[in-house]
Amino acid sequence: MLNEKKGISRGAIITLMIVLVVCILTIVLENTINPNSLLFTVIRKAAVYSLVAVTMNLLNGFTGLFSLGQAGFMLLGAYTYAILTIPTDVRDSIYYLFGGAGFHFSTVSFFEGIIGDSGVAGFISMILGVLIAMLVGGIVAAIVAYLIGLPVLRLKSDYLAIATLGFAEILRAIFQWDKLGKVTNGANALRGYPTFADFNIKNAQGITVLRLSSFIPILFAGICILIIILLINSSYGRAFKAIRDDEVAAEAMGINLAKHKMMSFIISSFFAGVGGALFAMFASTVQAKTFTSAMTYEIFLIVVIGGIGSISGSCIASFLYIACSEWWLRFLDNTQYINGNQLPLFKNGFRMVVFSVVIMIIVLFFRTGMMGDKELSDLFNKKRRKKVKADE
Amino acid sequence: MSESILEIKDLRVSYGGIEAVKGISLDVHEGKIVTLIGSNGAGKSTTLKSIAGLVKPQSGSIKFKGQELIGLSPDKIVKAGIVLVPEGRRVFPNLTVKENLKMGAYLRKDDLTEDFEYVYSLFPRLKEREWQLAGTLSGGEQQMLAVGRALMSKPELIMMDEPSLGLAPIVVKDIFEIIRTINKAGITVLLIEQNAFMALQNADWAYVLETGTIKTEGEGLDLLDDETIQEAYLGKTRE
Repeated sequence: MLNEKKGISRGAIITLMIVLVVCILTIVLENTINPNSLLFTVIRKAAVYSLVAVTMNLLNGFTGLFSLGQAGFMLLGAYTYAILTIPTDVRDSIYYLFGGAGFHFSTVSFFEGIIGDSGVAGFISMILGVLIAMLVGGIVAAIVAYLIGLPVLRLKSDYLAIATLGFAEILRAIFQWDKLGKVTNGANALRGYPTFADFNIKNAQGITVLRLSSFIPILFAGICILIIILLINSSYGRAFKAIRDDEVAAEAMGINLAKHKMMSFIISSFFAGVGGALFAMFASTVQAKTFTSAMTYEIFLIVVIGGIGSISGSCIASFLYIACSEWWLRFLDNTQYINGNQLPLFKNGFRMVVFSVVIMIIVLFFRTGMMGDKELSDLFNKKRRKKVKADE
Repeated sequence: MSESILEIKDLRVSYGGIEAVKGISLDVHEGKIVTLIGSNGAGKSTTLKSIAGLVKPQSGSIKFKGQELIGLSPDKIVKAGIVLVPEGRRVFPNLTVKENLKMGAYLRKDDLTEDFEYVYSLFPRLKEREWQLAGTLSGGEQQMLAVGRALMSKPELIMMDEPSLGLAPIVVKDIFEIIRTINKAGITVLLIEQNAFMALQNADWAYVLETGTIKTEGEGLDLLDDETIQEAYLGKTRE
């Protein structure tokens, strides 16, 4: 960002290299060590969460809109994805409580019908079906965001947060409604659609030869985050930041506030919808009750820990947060013994207590989060500038 | 006299039941520096905000080169060639100096190289601090940035809301020098000031506002000699 004229700065290249190393490491590790290790669950979930955290950061950190509707848009994306990709032959068995599915269309089965459903052709039709469904999931979220945005974006700060939070809760209730059971399966889970595990490449005998199930979420989330980064560094991104810094001045400079806020809201929701589809692929079942406000808070926490206004901060924080909550702090929930004596406090739920204390410490003493509003690439650029000065 | 570029007729503006501007009419002639002076609450800022489209007037008309501005959105007004330098500088603190300047040219699609050079020639200090965040600039530099940012939209009429607010006297002098330079380059200036002395010294034409109406008008230097003006705004007491 510091050397706009030169195109890509050195810091950006270093950051890209780091991402590349992480990708390669993920592929290598998944194919060498135990693929059921918790490490891979963490990587998959964290990749999905980093995308959603970045979409939230686009609103909260870059446009100054305090919105808490992310779980709602994820729900839309997840449901759209699942409903569109469940293969036609298993549909009725999943919707059995409602006497079969409401409609029999599946993007995956559609492409299988055209290209073929076995071997490489089957794999390609699965990918095409997944991509289209993810895109549609994003578009559905974006359309709903537009409709919601019309009245809601007139509100400011806390009022906007409450309105969006309420919207997400209403959406969750609607998707659990029995009357819509033929489409949403009511309060029951949707499953049977392609998940990350389906991206593992198998040979003709059905034996997995190359595991990609942890790389794929990083790839998808990475592409989406890259698009958001490009947007933030464009003139639209500057306008968003100008609105965040000073609405009146931005308006006086000729920035149409309503239009730009709406644009930011729609783009954020679109990618939150895609993130929801990825979450569905991660969880392998979709159920409305998982998309609670607690989920939004979790994402908001990641944004705060990473630094409001820092994309790389959100990504790093989401990996750390998910690793802590799913893996590193798990031992706190289990009974522990020292010299045969059972330690007090170590029982189910203690993990969350420790976790809240850690979060309180972060919020109290590291108010700007890990990265503040700096990016990873800025840090590398700064180091280089200091070096140049030292050389002089 | 040159042609009038901005014509305001019987403008009335209310905020939540209180009438801030009670039917004022004024003309701004092309290529001049026109100033509105008056005490706090006289309706100066409200008038400027109505012209910029930030506030919706009750009635009256604001015509810019014959085009009615009331009812147009702020971005359309900027496009028409009017720009406001808001009160209290209001730069974007977390954007760099250069990004701030780019924001001023947000609605333009053409090449900006010449405009950057022009602004940097007016304010060499900004060139030095091109990559610095605007929030880290001093008050005077921020005001220069706010003026520079407004110039980036290539306006025909630049409106300034108290450019001298909170600045050291020496900086105020610089700012007024810049205003005259801008004006010589052919841009009409409409200026609001509490610092009536500086404003009247530099203005071609001045309007004196009091509680929402125009009390007097005249050439800047004439008003400077006017005894009642001196008493009311320049702190001179009757002997």
